[in-house]
Amino acid sequence: MLAKIHITLKKDVLDPQGSVIANSLKSLGFDNVNDVRQGKFIELEINSNSKEEAEKQCNDMCEKLLANLVIEDYSVEIEN
Amino acid sequence: MKTHVIVFPGSNCDRDVAVAIQNIIGSSPEMVWHKDSTIKRSDLIVVPGGFSYGDYLRCGAMASTSPIMKSVIENANKGVPVMGICNGFQILIESGLLQGALIRNSSLSFICRDIIIKPTNTKTIFTNKSKISKMPIAHNEGNYFANSNQIKEIEDNDQIAFQYCDENGDINAHSNPNGSINNIAGVFNKSKNVLGMMPHPERAAESIHGCDDGRNIFESLLS
Repeated sequence: MLAKIHITLKKDVLDPQGSVIANSLKSLGFDNVNDVRQGKFIELEINSNSKEEAEKQCNDMCEKLLANLVIEDYSVEIEN
Repeated sequence: MKTHVIVFPGSNCDRDVAVAIQNIIGSSPEMVWHKDSTIKRSDLIVVPGGFSYGDYLRCGAMASTSPIMKSVIENANKGVPVMGICNGFQILIESGLLQGALIRNSSLSFICRDIIIKPTNTKTIFTNKSKISKMPIAHNEGNYFANSNQIKEIEDNDQIAFQYCDENGDINAHSNPNGSINNIAGVFNKSKNVLGMMPHPERAAESIHGCDDGRNIFESLLS
């Protein structure tokens, strides 16, 4: 199965990279961009008997290593 | 005093801190490779600065899963003094020994220059001889973050070790190099036997460095 994991900064954490990207987009003429938040995307292949089991394991991976829960939120999507 | 310095792939301050320990504490530290699994008896474990594992995923994240870190955590839980400097601070945070997070500097730039810090709690094994001190920082991710509840908890337990300040000891926005909340430059664990700090005391530890203010942290450990 294929797991797609998004890791994003929590709302109350400042994202200076996001702010700089927003400014650059505006300077390219994308005036309607208001807020940019930069995150990480991790794709991994996992052997598992069920989607539920794979999701549970990926949640565990995020809690233990892939995300830092002090500053980041994560979401997991499993595809067959 | 039996001392240990952990060496990861990408550590680059391990020799500097070993020299400071040798010169000031008078103990020749055992250099421990990250793949070793045990430190049997220690009076001080230092997790040095550098760029362990190339800062992959998050600074310190990969190193925190190294075999040796289990032993560092066990020793810390037994009360052995553990000190993390710069990348070592990031590793101790990622391993869960210290609270909070270290995120990208607010300027988005790598900062390498002298700063001034003030000890916030001088009743610990690491800071009993500490005073307002000048020493270098050299980091890209040293911006200390914790949410308001965590900051309150850290403050209430006297866990702030050092704060960035100006030459007069005033803690203000101007003296904050990297955007750290409340100018925090270093923190302790709850029982104060684990210290993490972004500034480098080992790089300001003898007159040839141009400044030896960093000595007071190693001297504190002697008393």
